[in-house]
Amino acid sequence: MWKFIHKLASPPHFYSLAARMVPWFVVPGLLLVAYGVYAGLFIAPADYQQGDAFRIIYIHVPSAYLSMMTYMIMAVSAAIGLIWRIKLAHAVAAGAAPLGAWFTFLALVTGSIWGKPMWGTWWEWGDPRLTSELILLFLYFGYMALRGAIDDTVKADKASAVLAMVGAVNVPIIHFSVEWWSSLHQGPTLVKKGGPAMDVAMLYPLLAMILGFTFLFAALLLRRVRAEVLFRERRTRWVKELVLSGGT
Amino acid sequence: MTDYDENPGLFTAMLGVARRDLLLAWKRPGDILNPLFFFAMVATLFPLAVGPSPEQLEFSGPAVLWVAALLAMLLSLNSLFLSDFEDGSLDQMLVSPLPLTALALGKSIAHWLTSGLPLVLVSPVVAITFRMPLSVTGFLMITLLLGTISLSLLGSIGAALTVGLHRGTALLSLLILPLAMPVLIFGARTVSLVAAGDGVAGGLYFLGAYAVLVLSLAPFATAAALRISNE
Repeated sequence: MWKFIHKLASPPHFYSLAARMVPWFVVPGLLLVAYGVYAGLFIAPADYQQGDAFRIIYIHVPSAYLSMMTYMIMAVSAAIGLIWRIKLAHAVAAGAAPLGAWFTFLALVTGSIWGKPMWGTWWEWGDPRLTSELILLFLYFGYMALRGAIDDTVKADKASAVLAMVGAVNVPIIHFSVEWWSSLHQGPTLVKKGGPAMDVAMLYPLLAMILGFTFLFAALLLRRVRAEVLFRERRTRWVKELVLSGGT
Repeated sequence: MTDYDENPGLFTAMLGVARRDLLLAWKRPGDILNPLFFFAMVATLFPLAVGPSPEQLEFSGPAVLWVAALLAMLLSLNSLFLSDFEDGSLDQMLVSPLPLTALALGKSIAHWLTSGLPLVLVSPVVAITFRMPLSVTGFLMITLLLGTISLSLLGSIGAALTVGLHRGTALLSLLILPLAMPVLIFGARTVSLVAAGDGVAGGLYFLGAYAVLVLSLAPFATAAALRISNE
């Protein structure tokens, strides 16, 4: 078991393994998203209250879920890197942060586009989930800014790992306090006791989009971590040999 | 020769650091006063920007005072480890056999006594200008008391992470402000609720619980961050 983890965490092995894994995530991801987009736009019926405006959830919900998921991935891998000194884990955290920030941004933009016809305004401070997404975006910015401010990679890894862990403890608290602060958003419809409160024709495309986004996220993350590994190991022999042999 | 025989114990070490920082602050009162002036000035900016209407000032008073206090705390956090870093005493703390966590907690205690507590004491004067009733002012002071403890400790993590970095000031705000938002929300909203005549127990419990949580966890994170940024 430990031997397996050690082999997996060795940069050259990961580098080649990740290259072989990317297609396995890209192909199902694209298929699922293609189905989700088509079914979401053409097959799913219009909502009896929200009309066609509801269709933006097919982008909004996967982005919002991934924005939080990515923070957890980032914090957990940063903690692994800090505790067991696995360099690959730090590379994962570094690669995940910009992706998480993008998903958060996407969730904010789609949420605000949805809010325009629903609430009559682009931004509604009374909505707790939109507000905590905004704070999450600031957390990502802080993390990336700290990374950018420290030149030494090892030091940047460790310092940002501490920040990510402190942030991970705070994210639920922030979420809870913003919820206490005010509530106006429509309640959660997907996760509810006794199954989702949603028509099946609307639900399946949404699940496909969530799964498809996750697959594509995994593929992007692998690609980013590969690049990160290559950059960090740029002075090692295996990278030199790789470049000289013309491989990718 | 060996330090271990003369190990003064955790509390003595913590209080020693706190006493030293308090003495340093006493010798340089500007470090205590500047954030207070800053606090008063930010609080002055709002009425100038919003207009002198009494109802509006009364309504926005708790929010303005809390935002001003948050910014003043942030200002004072910049120099938390700076002079120690520059004159080498931080290195001495890092190599000393005493647990760095205790020393970090000592620094936070001194920081709160020289920045948080003065803010709490000065806040009623500023609150009067916002026509805050006396009963509400009492609650403002309680929330500030609990909130500044959290901000001091939370901020020490950010200060430890950014010590010795160029452009650390703007970075510190970016790191700490998102984490400080629960404190701001509960602090300012609780005072607003008192002013509106609503129940406040929930907000005070939260601020107290958060202060205890940060008090028990932040010194460890600060110590880890200090070690990392001084490698």
